[in-house]
Amino acid sequence: MLKVSDLSIAYTHQEHTLRAVDQLSFELQAGETLGIVGESGSGKSQTLLALLGLLRKNAQIQGEIVFQGKALLQQTEKQWQQIRGKEISMIFQDPMTALNPYLTIGTQLIEVLQHHEQLSYAAAKARTLDMLDQVQIATPKTRLTQYPHECSGGMRQRIMIAMALLCKPTLLLADEPTTALDVTIAAQIIALLKELQRQHQMAIIFVSHNLGVVAQLCQKVHVMYQGKVLEQAKTSELFKHPQHAYTKRLLAALYREDR
Amino acid sequence: MSLRVQSLNIYYPMQKQHMFAKETYMHAVKDLSFSVETGQTLGIVGESGCGKSSVARALLGLQPHLTGEIWWHQHALHDCSDQQWMPLRRDIQMIFQDPLASLDPRFTIEQCIQEPLNALYPELTQIQKQHRVEKMMQRVGLSPELKHRYPHEFSGGQCQRVGIARALIVEPKLLICDEPVSALDVLIQAQIIQLLKELQQALNLTMIFISHDLNVIGQISNQIMVMYLGRLMEWADKTTLQTQAKHPYTQALWNAIPNPFQPQRKTCTLLYGEIPSILTPPSGCVFHTRCPYVMPQCKISPPSYVSLSSTQKTACYLITQDK
Repeated sequence: MLKVSDLSIAYTHQEHTLRAVDQLSFELQAGETLGIVGESGSGKSQTLLALLGLLRKNAQIQGEIVFQGKALLQQTEKQWQQIRGKEISMIFQDPMTALNPYLTIGTQLIEVLQHHEQLSYAAAKARTLDMLDQVQIATPKTRLTQYPHECSGGMRQRIMIAMALLCKPTLLLADEPTTALDVTIAAQIIALLKELQRQHQMAIIFVSHNLGVVAQLCQKVHVMYQGKVLEQAKTSELFKHPQHAYTKRLLAALYREDR
Repeated sequence: MSLRVQSLNIYYPMQKQHMFAKETYMHAVKDLSFSVETGQTLGIVGESGCGKSSVARALLGLQPHLTGEIWWHQHALHDCSDQQWMPLRRDIQMIFQDPLASLDPRFTIEQCIQEPLNALYPELTQIQKQHRVEKMMQRVGLSPELKHRYPHEFSGGQCQRVGIARALIVEPKLLICDEPVSALDVLIQAQIIQLLKELQQALNLTMIFISHDLNVIGQISNQIMVMYLGRLMEWADKTTLQTQAKHPYTQALWNAIPNPFQPQRKTCTLLYGEIPSILTPPSGCVFHTRCPYVMPQCKISPPSYVSLSSTQKTACYLITQDK
C-alpha cells in the first residue's frame, strides 16, 4: 500500500549540507503498524512530514514515495489537499499547539468533513459526535461547543485522534502522541489506538523515542539514528536479539522489573 | 534523620471574585509527612497536579502559604526568615526541569556556574572561584574549554549538566531534583541518572528526586512516595514498592509503564477517566473516582494511613479490611 524507496531529505545552508534523512526505504501493508524509534534529530519527524507533503520549501528531496499507486512526491498542492486528512492523516505530539485556540472543537472537527466529503452541516455533526463517542469522550455534545483550553491534555489528544480519523484514512501517522501525557493517560491512549486500528483496519506509522510504547503497538520497528535506519526488525525479534550496538544501548536504558 | 517533614499542608490563594470577597485557598498538598536519611534518595512520583513540585518549592522556602513543620537537621525551615535562609542555601540546592529555561541566555556557562558562588561564598577570590568552576565542569562531564560558550550552543543533555554543576558548586548536602530528565531523550536520561548516582556517592548527597515516571524513579531512589491530588497514597522502599505495591493507584502506575519484554501482558488495572480537578477534589478517598476496587465507604471518608512494615505505609480501605 505504501512504498518508500531511497528517500533522502537534505537541507543546504551556505556550504553545509545537512542530511536529515538518508536513503530510507520501507513498505507498509494495510492494517500494519510500523514503529519508528530514535532520538531527537534522527529524522523521524522529517520522514512523517515528507509523507504528508509538509516539508519546508528549501528541502531537497530525492527518492520515491508511492501510496496506493500515486507518486506522492509529484503531487501538486491541490492534489495534496485531497490526500491530507482524507487518505493520510496525522496526530501531532502536542495537542494544544495543534488545535486552533480560537475555534470551538465542534467547528474544527466538522470543518474536516465538510471539506473532504462535502457533507451537510447536520450530517457532518452527526458523524463527529459518533467519532467523539468512539474515542471515549464522555459528553460529546457539550464538548463540541467548548474551546481547546477547556479540555485536559488527555482529552485534547483524544480530540486530535478523532479529528484524524473522521474521514477514515487508510494511513495514520502518529508523531509521539503520548509523550506529552501522564503515564496512566498515555496507557489509555495506546489502548484506544489499538482498538480503533482493529475497527478501521488502517495502517499506522507510530513515531516515538520510547521503545516500550512502540513494543505495545507495532509489529515492525525501525531504529533511526542521524537520518539512517540502523536496524529494522519484527518487534519481538528486536527485543529478544537486538543486533546493532545502538539498539542494545536503547534497550539497556529501559527499566526492567527483573533487574 | 537529616530531613523531616511533619504534616505539611500547602495552599494557594485563589483569585477573589470581587473586592470584598473572603480569601479562599486551594489545598494543594494535604497532611504530608516523610523523612529522609543522609545519603539516601527519596523519589516522589505522581501525575501532573499532584503537588510534587509544590513540595519541592516548600523545601526550598519558596512556598509562602504552608502549615506544618520542615526540619533540616536542627533548622526549622518552616519559619526561617529570608536572612536565616541565606546560610542554609549552601546546604540545599535544586535542579530544575527545563535545563535551557533555567539558564540565563546572556550568561556564559562559566558565569552561570559561578553565580551561586558569588552569592553564597562572597569571601572567595575570583581565582578560587574559577578554579572551582573548572573542577565542577570536569566533574559533571563538561570540558572546561567550553566555559566561554552560551547556553544556546549546548544540547539539552549538556544544559542539564550545567544545571547540575550550578547546583553542586556550593557543595550542598541536600539536592532537590524536580523532573531533571523528563525533557531529555532516553539515552541522555540514562546518562544523567548515572551521573547523579555517581555524584551522590562521591559527595554523600541526600536527594529528593521528583518525576512522573516510575521507570526513572525506580532507577535512582531508595524510597518512593506515590502522590495523587496532593495526598500521599503509598510510601515504601523501592523493592517493596516494585514487588508488593498495595495501593491500587501504585499498581495502576506500574501497569501503565509499557514493558517491551512482555508486550502482551494484560493491563488489567488500566485506569479509566481523568484526574479530577484539585479545586474540587472528590470526597473521601481522592482516588475513588478512578479506582477499580471502589467501595461505598471510600466515597464518604478518607482512609487513614496504615504502616504495613517499617518501610511501607499506605492509605486504603482494601488493606484495613484484610487485617
